[in-house]
Amino acid sequence: MTNYIPIVIFTLVAVSFPIITLLIAKVIRAGSPDPVKAEPYECGVAAETTAFDTRFSIRYYLIAVLFVVFDVETIFLFPWAVMFDRLALFGFIEMMVFLAILLAGYVYAWRRGALEWA
Amino acid sequence: MWAEILVIVIKVVVVSSVLLTLVPIMVWVERRGAAMIQDRLGPNRVGPFGLLQPIVDAVKLITKEDLTPSGVKGVDRLLYLLAPSIALVVAISVFIAVPFGFDPGLKLFGHAIDGFIVAPNLNLGILYIFAIASLGVYSVVLAGWASNNKYSLMGGIRASAQMVSYELAMTISVVGVLMVSGSFGLQDVVLHQSGTWFGFIPRWNVFPQIIGAITFIVAAFAETNRLPFDLVEAEAELVVGYHTEYSSMRFAAFFMSEYVNMVTASSLIVILFFGGWTLPGFATPAGWLGALVSIGIFAVKVAFFLWFFVWVRWTLPRFRFDQLMALGWKTMIPLAVLNFLLVGAGMALRNL
Repeated sequence: MTNYIPIVIFTLVAVSFPIITLLIAKVIRAGSPDPVKAEPYECGVAAETTAFDTRFSIRYYLIAVLFVVFDVETIFLFPWAVMFDRLALFGFIEMMVFLAILLAGYVYAWRRGALEWA
Repeated sequence: MWAEILVIVIKVVVVSSVLLTLVPIMVWVERRGAAMIQDRLGPNRVGPFGLLQPIVDAVKLITKEDLTPSGVKGVDRLLYLLAPSIALVVAISVFIAVPFGFDPGLKLFGHAIDGFIVAPNLNLGILYIFAIASLGVYSVVLAGWASNNKYSLMGGIRASAQMVSYELAMTISVVGVLMVSGSFGLQDVVLHQSGTWFGFIPRWNVFPQIIGAITFIVAAFAETNRLPFDLVEAEAELVVGYHTEYSSMRFAAFFMSEYVNMVTASSLIVILFFGGWTLPGFATPAGWLGALVSIGIFAVKVAFFLWFFVWVRWTLPRFRFDQLMALGWKTMIPLAVLNFLLVGAGMALRNL
C-alpha cells in the first residue's frame, strides 16, 4: 500500500493545480458578457447550424475499432517482452505464432482498404 | 513513517514545481528559437533577452474574460469546463513514474530517498505512464465535442484518430527496450544502459534499436500534437482546432499541458533510448555530488530534445491528414514490430 502513497499525493497536487489557478483567474479576470461575444467562432458570420450537424468521415470510427484490436495486441506483448529472457526460444516461437495470426488481420484490413484515406 | 512521508512530499513539491517552471521557460525558448530560425528578433523587450515575457503572457491570460460559447448547455457545459483541467492533470501526473537521476543510496531525514523518482516502488513503470498518457486524448476530444464549433469538432475528431494511431506505434516501439531490460521500471531500463560496447560505443538502446528509437521519437511528436503532426490544431484549416472557443486560464491550461507533455516525451526519449543519466566513460562521484551530476546530465539530454521539438517545429511543414494516417498505420506500426522482432531474434540467437 505504501507504494501508492506518492501517487495519491502527486495526483492531489496535479488535481489541485488547475482548480487553484482557475479559481484565481475567476476572481481577478474581466467579465462583461455579451450574447454576440458568446457566439461560436465562425469567421465573423453567425453560424447557421450547430456544430453537432457537422458531418465527418465514417473512417474515424473504423480507425477507433482497429485501434482497440491492435491495442489489446500490445498489451499482450508487454508481459511477454519483460519475461523474454526467461522464456527463451520457446517464447519467441510462441510469439511468432501470435503475431502471424495478428498479421493476417492487419493484411486483411489493409487489403480491404480500411487504412486508406481517400 | 513521518520522515518517509516528508521525503515523498519534498519529491512531489520539487518535481511538480520544476515541471511547471519549465513551461514558461519552454515558451520563451520556443518564441526566441522561432525568431532565431526565421531570422528575426522575437520577444526581447520585457526583461533581459525578453526572459520575463512568459510571465507577462500569464498575467495577460489570467485577466482575460472567460467565454463559454452559446449553445453549450447541460452536460456539454460540464465537459467544456472540465476538458482543460483533464489535460493539465493528465500531463502533470504522468511524471510520477519518470526517474530523473542516479541515487547512490542517499538519505534524507534518516530515510532512504529510494531513487530520484516520485513513486520509487511502482513496479508498473512504463505501463503506468502509457495508461495515464492515453487519457490525454479525452481532454482534446471532449474540448472539441463540447465547444459547439465545427472547427473544434473537426480538430477533436482528428485528434482522436491521430493520437490513437500513433499510440500504437509508440507502445510497440517500446517493446524492444523492455525485452533487453526485462523490467517495466524505468530505473532498471536506465541501469541496463550503463557501460560501453567495445570500450567506446555507449550501451544506449538507440544503437542496436535505431528503428525503435526513430519510431518512438516520431510517435512522441504525434502524441504531443507538435508539428509536423499538429493536424489537430492546423490553423490554416481549423482556426486553432479543439481550443478555438477557449480563452483566459482555460486556454492557458491546454497550452501548459502541451509543454508539460513535451517535457515528459523528451524525458522518455532520453530514458528509453539515450541512456538516461548515464554517460559512458564517466563514473558518477559518490554522495549528493554524484546525484546532482547525474541529474545535470539528464537535464542536458532532456534540454537537447526539448530544443529538438522546437527545431523540428520551425523546420518541417505540416502533413496532410491522409499522409498522416498512412504513415501511422502503414509505416510506423510495421517498423515498430520489425524493431522488436529483430531484437527478439538477436536475443534468441545469443541464448542458443
